Amino acid sequence: MQPVIEVKGLKKYFPTPRGLLHAVDDVTLSIEKGKTLGVVGESGCGKSTLGRTIIHLQPPTGGQVLLNGNDITNIKGKELKAAREKMQIIFQDPYSSLDPRKTVDATIREPLVVSKRYKKNEIDNATAELMEFVGIDARLRMAYPHELDGGRRQRVGIARALALNPEFVVCDEPVSALDVSIQAQVLNLLKKLQQQKGLTYMFVTHDMSVVRHISDDICVMYLGQVVEKCSSKELFRNPLHPYTRALLSAIPSVDIHNPIKREILRGEITSPIDPKPGCRFAARCRFATEACFQPQKQEEVSPGHFVRCCRVDEL
Amino acid sequence: MSEQKKDQTFLEVKDLKVEYFSDGQTVHAVNGVSLKIERGKTLGLVGETGAGKTTIAKSILRILPDVGAKVTEGKVYLDGQELFALPEQEMRKIRGNGISMIFQDPMTALNPVQTVGDQIAEVVRLHNAGSKESFEKRAREMLEMVGIPGDRYHEYPHQFSGGMKQRVVIAIALACNPGLLLADEPTTALDVTIQAQVLELIGELREKYNTAMLLITHDMGVVAQVCDEVAVIYAGRIIEYGSKEQIFDHPSHPYTIGLFGAIPSMKEDEEWLHPIEGLPPDPVNLPEGCAFHPRCPYATEECKKKPIEMYQTADGHQCRCCHMGAAKKGE
Repeated sequence: MQPVIEVKGLKKYFPTPRGLLHAVDDVTLSIEKGKTLGVVGESGCGKSTLGRTIIHLQPPTGGQVLLNGNDITNIKGKELKAAREKMQIIFQDPYSSLDPRKTVDATIREPLVVSKRYKKNEIDNATAELMEFVGIDARLRMAYPHELDGGRRQRVGIARALALNPEFVVCDEPVSALDVSIQAQVLNLLKKLQQQKGLTYMFVTHDMSVVRHISDDICVMYLGQVVEKCSSKELFRNPLHPYTRALLSAIPSVDIHNPIKREILRGEITSPIDPKPGCRFAARCRFATEACFQPQKQEEVSPGHFVRCCRVDEL
Repeated sequence: MSEQKKDQTFLEVKDLKVEYFSDGQTVHAVNGVSLKIERGKTLGLVGETGAGKTTIAKSILRILPDVGAKVTEGKVYLDGQELFALPEQEMRKIRGNGISMIFQDPMTALNPVQTVGDQIAEVVRLHNAGSKESFEKRAREMLEMVGIPGDRYHEYPHQFSGGMKQRVVIAIALACNPGLLLADEPTTALDVTIQAQVLELIGELREKYNTAMLLITHDMGVVAQVCDEVAVIYAGRIIEYGSKEQIFDHPSHPYTIGLFGAIPSMKEDEEWLHPIEGLPPDPVNLPEGCAFHPRCPYATEECKKKPIEMYQTADGHQCRCCHMGAAKKGE
């Protein structure tokens, strides 16, 4: 089956006064229709930049992005506008991603108006339907964002993202700003929408329990690179990269009787500005040897399980 | 006997009530909270946004805003001393010395135009006699203790990463060996691997100095890792209180049970999560009776009428619910 999204060797560098910041460096991945790819990593690892570059919110420095097999890396104008209808994003912070001067109705309606494909009454109906779909009471139609709680605001963001029936949605930490009880409501909503509309998600998060729940496949990112990629089940059963292991062991578990043996990482994340060749995790890795400071290749250690670590066989 | 008991309890908050006033409305932020912490022990205060967690910590330190906020009832005792009765001058001696607070966001808690070393030395200088050199020496020691090389004394906060900034905040909080540490979401702004480092550090230092700690968090995983006792707070009221084992092994209040149920499991695969339906109540307009009843699957007429009292089991596990038997069994 043809994947909805294919990314090949994608690079995104930002110029800074101190050199080039390698935010996304040589990322290759694909997502099939109706599936969810989780992207996890810590702040600054490039996971949000990856999502934004894929949906063309910013041009890539190198590499290719394919939507349904068509190269969209360098498209412009009308083509880009058409492609954008198929790719949407739900932002992390429902407090800053909505226009404070627009009502719920106006916010959800806007993409439909901008597309210029619908008549007024069609837009009215579609807006009402979307509100019902994401579970916002009709009485809140004329409410402003400041009158809504975080969970409802995020529902507005979701309705707006889905207004033009996209195929692919980047969910950029959509529940991190919400309390647990509300987080579960929004996660269930996202899953329901995916099943009903056959949506394809890229779910960017730093929360391992959320990513485990929602994803079919998972990419673990560290400083702009994917260090491990496999199915969600496989990742939690058999994590191979030393960083993935440390990440998993660092999650505080609610199981008070079987504490996980913690691998406390020493040191800080190294700078992503003009990084040296070689494994970017090597400076914090307790298994690092000479070979780790040479460029690393991504290898398929078992079917569908990719790891970027030269010592993976020994560990 | 009673003398001995008094010695063990280091912090006692008794029936605390705090109100905020805005736009002619009264916000009932804290509605009768009582808690106790012994020396060297950690109490986790768990609840959602707006439950009143931070307000409790600020009340203890007496740093609520002068205008618009008021402690309407209650007392706080630190080592037997009543804090609300102290004159402001005396209270200033306690802040940073007897009680310290670690704020949630290390990015805004530090002064951006003062070197980190000077910010640590400042606390030491305020509470101790000595020379400039001795304050600097202590500040350097504190930096080293939280794992930052002493020669970074003269650097500014923007030169540090988030985890290191939070360690500076911890160094400031612990510089005068306070008896009580109020940690308000100390690791929420940090990444998990850095969070693990910081939690380990707080644990080590607490053990070394036998510090009592009130840990405010919404993360049950952090509670499991750090706390001895847990108080679950909802709409400004503690609704369940007990040892970590009691709360995690036998959660009794429907809200606590709901909280655990809403966390995606790391062990089992579930198609759907179990959110708590509805929203937290508006603190301007709290529901009659149990504040949780509009969201509670076990609510009956009884829950809507009068405030629910705290029930206590023989082993000290407290729960504010008249249906906890049913809730526990999941009927």
